[in-house]
Order: sequence, then structure tokens, then C-alpha cells
Amino acid sequence: MSKVIMTVDDSASVRQMVSFTIRDAGYEVIEAVDGRDALSKVNGRTIHMVITDLNMPNLDGIGLIRELRTLPAFKFTPIIMLTTESQAEKKQDGKAAGATGWIIKPFKPEQLLAVIRKVIG
Amino acid sequence: MDQFREAFREEAHELLAELETALLELEKDPGAADLIGRVFRAMHTLKGSSGMFGFDDINKLTHDIENVYDLVRGGKIPVTSPLIDMTLRACDEVKKMIEPREEGDAGPDLKAALAVSASFRTYLESSRAASVPDAARDQAGKQTDESNDTDKDKDRTMTYRISFRPAADIFLSGTNPVLLLNEVRDLGLCHIIAKTEQIPPLDEINPEACYTGWEILLTSEHDINAIRDVFIFVEDRCTLNIEEIPDDSGAEADKEDRKLGEILVERGDISGSDLRKILDSHKKIGEILVESGLVGAEKVEAALVEQIHTREVKQRKQVAETAASIRVPAEKLDRLVNMVGELVTVQSRLSQISTQRNDPLLIQVAEEVERLMAELRDNTMSIRMLPIGSTFSRFERLVRDLSAELGREVVLKTEGAETELDKTVIEKLNDPLVHLIRNCIDHGIEPPHIREAAGKPRQGTVLLAAEHSGAHVVITIRDDGAGLDGEAIRAKAIERGLIAPDTQLSEKDLYALILQPGFSTAKKVSSVSGRGVGMDVVKRGIETLQGTIEIVSEKGRGSSIILKLPLTLAIIDGLLVRIGDDYFIMPLAAIEECVELTEADIARAHGKCIAEIRGEIVPYLRLRDAFAFIGERPAIEQIVTTRINGSRVGFVVDQVVGGHQTVIKNLGRMCRDVHSVSGATILGDGTVALILDLPKIVQQAEQDEATNRKQRGY
Repeated sequence: MSKVIMTVDDSASVRQMVSFTIRDAGYEVIEAVDGRDALSKVNGRTIHMVITDLNMPNLDGIGLIRELRTLPAFKFTPIIMLTTESQAEKKQDGKAAGATGWIIKPFKPEQLLAVIRKVIG
Repeated sequence: MDQFREAFREEAHELLAELETALLELEKDPGAADLIGRVFRAMHTLKGSSGMFGFDDINKLTHDIENVYDLVRGGKIPVTSPLIDMTLRACDEVKKMIEPREEGDAGPDLKAALAVSASFRTYLESSRAASVPDAARDQAGKQTDESNDTDKDKDRTMTYRISFRPAADIFLSGTNPVLLLNEVRDLGLCHIIAKTEQIPPLDEINPEACYTGWEILLTSEHDINAIRDVFIFVEDRCTLNIEEIPDDSGAEADKEDRKLGEILVERGDISGSDLRKILDSHKKIGEILVESGLVGAEKVEAALVEQIHTREVKQRKQVAETAASIRVPAEKLDRLVNMVGELVTVQSRLSQISTQRNDPLLIQVAEEVERLMAELRDNTMSIRMLPIGSTFSRFERLVRDLSAELGREVVLKTEGAETELDKTVIEKLNDPLVHLIRNCIDHGIEPPHIREAAGKPRQGTVLLAAEHSGAHVVITIRDDGAGLDGEAIRAKAIERGLIAPDTQLSEKDLYALILQPGFSTAKKVSSVSGRGVGMDVVKRGIETLQGTIEIVSEKGRGSSIILKLPLTLAIIDGLLVRIGDDYFIMPLAAIEECVELTEADIARAHGKCIAEIRGEIVPYLRLRDAFAFIGERPAIEQIVTTRINGSRVGFVVDQVVGGHQTVIKNLGRMCRDVHSVSGATILGDGTVALILDLPKIVQQAEQDEATNRKQRGY
């Protein structure tokens, strides 16, 4: 069974680009538009990895990471955040909240796949 | 992809606006670091997303600009108004490039963009040359193009000592350290030691905590940054220490592995004075160190692994050298071969005696000796053997050069390059083969236009083939050229006084004339052949190798020169057979199988010497008759079937005794003209067995048959 990756981003173009890339690499994808949407979609499903943006309405990336880490099923799940160079302090916040790693935007599909391989093998 | 592009366009417009503002402000205040940072970031983002959405031209342009601004940001080059001008012009170009295109629109003219791009590169070059060359370039490379990182040190490998201890709560960040270790493994030769000394007793273990650390020894062509990149996500959640192990390929270090103590001192686990104290007590250093409590058993183990690792790395480096050969005088080898020959004789006596005594213990030993002897013999022989292919490959070049020089189109094909021959034979074979191949191309293969007129392919073929044939190696040089001209040879031979005008010669003998000294039919003397020395040299060369030359030719179709060389082996595998009271050896290499020949079989053949073996009619020769043995033949004889010159021939003997390791002894000068016997050997009981030259016997039989027919008037 292929591994399931959730991508959370309020920007439709980034979400599409991420989904397209990882689906192409043989993973299953769940899309969510923001943190709240993501939390509503994780219920009871096995998700092997989460890729989330940080700036999102309703529930932002940091909040999502914190919420996910409280769920027993997500205690050890790799969570990758999408950041930009100017968000150094956000990166720290994200790590404190329990993010596994990050990808600096903009990124190329191969960079994304390299990070996925790095955290879920 | 289109909706992505639309999103990118919007983003790019924003970025360009931001870029322009920042640039204009920067022009007023050239030293402002935050403004430079803004320009760099905007450019960087533009570069990244243009690459992501397929705007490669923009990507290239912004990359060049970014390189310059990276140096500006680092304070390596100043902000000047020409630079700002250039950058603004670049912004305009980028704006043009991102505009959506209509169907059929070829897109904006890229010349201007390329010019801008080039101007940035020139700017970069000149400022580099002017100020800070290498360090700056390195930094620029790192910041802007990560893939370049690994290129620098491609040829050089470094060994790193990496100690990686994740924080206890590492799992809670979703990190799997095993994946990181796997990633390190992909970088090069790698030894990983788990450091488990911090794992608490079972009842104190928190299953969600990580207690293990790792010590990694990595030899890789990647630089230290590539290794750091592996751990980039966990940098602040682990203790990571990467250091280079100094390259110890110096002369002294090559001789000896690094000492355990030295490694421990270098790693800072013990001090130099501690080491010296311990060394004085002359015990195994690792044990002593652990006993004395100076260092934990695990640390010693880690150091030992490091020792193994460095040794392995060094071994890999040396593989090429150790695979090299030793040169030994051929004389020593000859002596070895002789001694092995004597041993084989002694061994067969031992076998025979042990069978006679019927002592199980002795038989056991004798069998063991026999097995070892066979191995020793094969090994000794193989030392002198080389595949002939090494010579063949040299001729490829010869053929290429010659055909160009002579205006021929020739391709060289080789067969049986793996055929092994005695080294000295191969060496002496080189010159004759060169002459023969030259002759093929010069005299044999016609120029392309003549070949085409004759309905042959333009390109001629020279085949160089080697194969084992019994105890011989047959080397064939065949071309598909014009073939030998019998009449021309004849005329020439008469002119040179080699034969009398009325001499009657068979085709074979006629062709053999070209081997005579001073014979050449080529009308012109070319630089390649035609001096009439070539074939003469060939003949002498082959004769010194105890070989024979045979020439087969078909006019218009090509000719073959067949060299038959004895495997100058002192020992061969033979089949021992008996006829009457005498023993003979047949070289095993040519033998296919042994079957019985009964009176009934003979009756079925209606007086012809043929037998049906596995559905095939095989002619046979009764050696009893060929050698004129007196006495009755046994009721059941045995046929040894062989393959000689491509056809199956059977030899009928009274009894097949079995395999025999045969040490070949020369018969001596007196028996030089005996053709059906190629040598002799001494059996275990001291009797002599003659070694049969099977092809010669067949040849002889064929000749006799032909003479008989003539005499009988056929």
C-alpha cells in the first residue's frame, strides 16, 4: 500500500503543485486548505506524513502542528513545514511546536521529493 | 500547469514591484544592508519560482543577477549606479518574459535578456578578478547552486568521523534517525557503531525516548556540507560532531595501519601520557585500557572499528596495485614444470602400488595425492598460459592503419580469443601473424571498386580465429579476397628457378611455394609487403614453434592460412588404452566418448569400417591393424570416438584402461620421423606408453586409402 501524505496550503496553486508531484512519485495525497480543514480530515485515517504551509487562515501551520502532536496517532508522524527565507523565527516556532523539518519556498519538485524520502524513507 | 503559471505571474509582478522600489531606494543609500537583503531575497524568490513553473529563461537571468548580489550582500563588491541600472533593465526584461503568449506568438525577443545576463556575468568576472577571488566564489556557489557543492571534490575522497547523538525527545518531532543513517550510508563507504552505553535498565526505559547515539565513519567524495545537510532538520535536536580524519596516505602510514592507541589519543579519549604508561606494560592495548578504567569498552570498540574502516579504505585504494603481477624468469617456471612432471610420474606409481597392496589407508592417501597432483599440475601449467586475445586486440589497430594506407576497406573479426596458449608461444607468434595479416590485406583483399565489380561487399573481412584441436591450437587467418593465383605462383616459381618448368605439383604443394625464400608475386614492391621475405619469415617462425602451415585457397573467394601449433605442454590429460600387451595414450582433449564394438556391430557394417553411434555413422580405424599387431582381436573391442579436424573418427582399441596424467617425454632424434606418435610417457609400473598423434594417424590412413585406390585402378 502506498504511503499517504497530507498537504495543507491555502494557496491552490502550491497545493496543486505539491499534490501533482507527490502523486506522481507514487504516494497517496490528501489535500486540505487550512489547519482546521486538515484536522477535520485526519480523523481516524493513517497518514504517514504532513506537509503544511505556515501562513493560513483559520488555523495556521504552527497551530496545526501543535494540535497534531497532541493526537496519539500523530505523535511520531513526520511533519514538514513550507517556509520562506524571511520566516526564520517562524521556523523556530515550528520546530518548537514539533515540526520534523522544513522546505524553503520556492522549491522544485525534486527538492520536495528529496525531503519526503529523507523523513519517511 | 497553466493555472500554476498564472499564479506565478501575479507573484512575479509583486516581486518585481518590490524589487524596483528596493533598487531605487538602494541607489540613494548604497550601503544599506537591509535594502540589499530585500533585493537579494526578491531576486532569489523570483529565481526559485520561475524554475518551479518552467520559466527557465527567467531562471537563468535571475541566477546571474543573484550571483552578483550575493557578493554585494557579503560586502565583496560595492553597489554602484551602473549595477543598479543593469538590474533595473533586467527587471524590465523579466516583465516582458512573463507576459502570457498568444497562440503562434514566438514570445519576446530574448536577445536583450541574454545581453543583460551576459553583462551581469562580465560584471561578476571583473569584480572577482579585482577583489576577492576564491573564497567569494565558493560562497556564491554554495548559496545559489547547491548542486555545485559536490562537484568540487569529485576525485578526492575524505574520511570523516561523525558522532551523532539525537536528543532523547527526537522521536516526538517525527524524526526517524535510522533514515538519517541510511542517508549517510548512501554517501560512501560507511561504518556505523551504535553507542548504547546510555540505555537505562529496562524498568527505567521510556519507550518514547531515544537513548542511542551513533558513531559513523564515512569515506566519501562529498564534502562536509553534504554530510551536514543530512542532519539539517535535527541540527538543534542532537549533538552532531563531524571532523575530518587526516589523510594518512603518506609513505609511512601506507606501510602500517594506524595504531589503536594513536586513534584513541587523537579522538581525545585518552591522553598521550596515559598511552605511553600503558604501552610499557606490553599487553593488548584495548584490554589494558578498559581494565585500567581509563576508557570504556565501547570507546575502544569504536576506535577498533575506525581502525578497520581506515584499513578497508586503504585496501580499496590498493586493490589496483595488489592485482598487479610478479615477474618471474621463465627458466624458474620451466624448472617448476619439470618437477611437477616428475611428481606426476611418482604419483602414478604410488597409485599403482596402493592398488596392488589393497591397503585402504594407503589407497586413501594415494587418492588424496592424486587429487592434489592434478590441481598442482593444472595450476603450474596455467601460470604459463595466456589467452591469445591479448595478441588479437593488437591487430585491430594494424588492420585499421593498413587498410587506410592501402585504400582497402577491411574489417577484422576474431574468434576464440579466449583460447589459451603458452606465453612464449604467443610472443613468438606475434611477428608471423603480423606478416600474414599484412599479406591478407595487401595481396588478398581487393580494392573496393574491384570488389564491387565482382559482386562482393565493398568491405573485405579478415578473420583471425583460434581454437583448440586436440593437443594443438589451430590459428586460422582467412580473408574473403581474391584468393591465390595458382598459375601466377607457378610462373613465378619457374622464373625464380624454384621448380623445373615441367614439374607437376598438387594445389597444396603449389601454394606451399609461396613460403619459399625470395618468392613474391606482387608486381610492385609496396612498403607493406612484396619483398618476398614475409612468408619465409612466417614459415621459419612457425617451425621454431614446432608448428605447421597449411594454405587453402579458392580463386575469387579468398584464402585461408592455417597454423597448427602444439600446446607445448609438458603434461597432458590422456586416456590410457591397451592393444595387445602394449599401452598407448590418447590425448583426452580430442576424445568424445568410448563405446563397445561387438562382432554383431561389425557384421552389420558389411565389411566397412563404420559404426553407428547414437544415430550417427562414424568411420573408425582399427589401431590393431594400423600398427600391424599380431594376434587375435578380442571379441568385444572398444571404440574411442574423437573429433579431428571437425569430423568424428573412431579408434578401435582392445581395452580402454582409464584416464592418465601424462608426462610427455620426447622420443629423441632417432624417432623424429615417426609421425603417428608424438611422444612417450612412463606409466606407474615403469612401462613406456606411446602417445598417439591422432590427426596424423587419420591423415596417414587417408593417404593410404588414396594410394590403394590408385593402385586398384579407380
